[in-house]
Amino acid sequence: MAEFRYTKDHECIYVEGDVAYVGISEHAQDALGDLVYIELPEVGKRVEKGGDVAVVESVKTAAEVYAPVDGEIVAVNEEMADELEFVSAPVNENGWIVKIKVADPSALNELMDEAEYAEYLKEVD
Amino acid sequence: MNEKTMMKNAGKTKGLHYEEPLLWEYSQGGNCGVDWPQAEGREPRTGVPERGKIGLPSLSEPEVLRHYVRMSTWNYSIDHGFFPLGSCTMKHNPRLNEKTARLPGFAHIHPLQPESTVQGALELMYELQSWLSELTGLPGACLSPSAGAHGELAGMMTIRRAHEQQGNIAKRRVILTPDSSHGTNPATAVMCGFEVRSISTSETGGRLGVEEFKEALYRTDPMGGDVAGMMVTNPNTCGLFERDIQKIADLLHEAGGYFYCDGANFNALVGKVRPGDFGVDVMHFNLHKTFSTPHGGGGPGSGPICCSEELSRYMPVPTVVKEGDSYRFETAEERPDTLGTLKAFAGQFGIFVRALTYMKSMGADGLKQVAEDAVLNANYLLSLLKDDYHAPFEGPCMHECLLTDKVQKEFDVKTLDIAKTLIEYGYHPMTVYFPLVLHGTMLIEPTETESKAELDAFVATMKEIAAQAAGENGHDKLHAMPLSSPRRRLDEVKAARNPILKYVD
Repeated sequence: MAEFRYTKDHECIYVEGDVAYVGISEHAQDALGDLVYIELPEVGKRVEKGGDVAVVESVKTAAEVYAPVDGEIVAVNEEMADELEFVSAPVNENGWIVKIKVADPSALNELMDEAEYAEYLKEVD
Repeated sequence: MNEKTMMKNAGKTKGLHYEEPLLWEYSQGGNCGVDWPQAEGREPRTGVPERGKIGLPSLSEPEVLRHYVRMSTWNYSIDHGFFPLGSCTMKHNPRLNEKTARLPGFAHIHPLQPESTVQGALELMYELQSWLSELTGLPGACLSPSAGAHGELAGMMTIRRAHEQQGNIAKRRVILTPDSSHGTNPATAVMCGFEVRSISTSETGGRLGVEEFKEALYRTDPMGGDVAGMMVTNPNTCGLFERDIQKIADLLHEAGGYFYCDGANFNALVGKVRPGDFGVDVMHFNLHKTFSTPHGGGGPGSGPICCSEELSRYMPVPTVVKEGDSYRFETAEERPDTLGTLKAFAGQFGIFVRALTYMKSMGADGLKQVAEDAVLNANYLLSLLKDDYHAPFEGPCMHECLLTDKVQKEFDVKTLDIAKTLIEYGYHPMTVYFPLVLHGTMLIEPTETESKAELDAFVATMKEIAAQAAGENGHDKLHAMPLSSPRRRLDEVKAARNPILKYVD
């Protein structure tokens, strides 16, 4: 069973070596509703923790996807732009939006694990 | 209708149905509204045969008229019924406004006429400027922006111009705005070349907190020297008055920033509070909200701005000035610091006539009562609905109240289903999924022009919907709504993903 990490802004992250797969959590998908558009960044772009990396747009609203850590975009999920349902797939499969090469892997420890995120959702709701 | 009849009829309205094809589908060919003989010795350029070549539908005048009139019966407007769209101030548009706007001396003038022949119109604009300045405590007024977002642009361009003329624009790059702000606020800041820094209000009960504001103000410069200004809607889109606004404005001013206030929610304050007194430097109005001029298709909108003494020299031209007993437009040469003109001519004149008619017919005391009654009506709805729907903020609220679908979500009924069910019951839904700071929000703004009976009928309908949601098969029932409207649920996702933008036979 794959292990995921989460941010307070509802990004869902899967870590493989020094690469973070970044998607959005089920909670975020539920809040947004069906996506109608996704805007992806350029590969090679340097990102800072909390900076914008992508925009997801639904019928209801548009929302930014933020970088969970500092690093560099090493891949973007072009297929998702055509198949927006991919967003609901697990982040380690088709559900990632961008892959970020993490500058400092220890920064990943600050992210919430599954249990902490579940607890956080109870708080914010 | 008396109260009893109104309650009896609540929820019984069923729509009128016209199945209306497109003009092209009507077209039989060979018809034309106006046709005239071809000029001799010239290639034909008009008439039925030529229309055919460029693919226009061929229809007679009565066919076209009926098509549009039938389609207009699908509309829902404030003239049809209650229109509780939050942050939009859908108040009644008094017919007296229409009467004055149609006076030939106002309706049939041209913007290029010599000023000496339109003194009455210029005087009206001058008077409207004075009323807006009086109501805000901000002495400069420019009427030309065409709508709310255009007024925002005018306001932010004024701030930008001030920093440019003061030689600070290179270092003042940041605009602060709370996360509850209207989407147009950050968009306008970006249009003006600024960087947006959003301030979270989730930990501070939907209101802007002083500590959170300070953190954002001093984040990248200990003196806030990179901040150009802030954009705040007050009362905000949660229907709450920003209690610390004076303190926040002082901090901003100390740091050298200007305060733009989004006037979309001015209906809650008009006649009661002058925004200039709580530190606003520039503010826009929506004449089509607060001052009862038509919205949308019945518009156009109009978004004048008012500025502080300090910013007035930078705002757009033209404004109307008075010299002795006569009126004229101020020129750009007279005010060299102006950012220039934003629009051809002087703005939506017909709307100015309506707005000033409204102000003068209400009077200063009447406008004060507008704010009081608008706030009272919103609180009346909040108090009656908060046991059936989740009210995230206890209240009292200002001119609009905020509910969410938290209770109904237990039955898998969401805000969208509640809105669609309101259509079935003959109401235009409230604003849904806005503000974004909470999930499943419903923002309800009744305005002062609704009677108690009308509000009670709406409450009864909302309670009925809540009961249906919680009842047997509530989820199935409400997911099927609306049943009686000309169209049921549109596939919004498909429409957004694969929009069909041109007609193909």
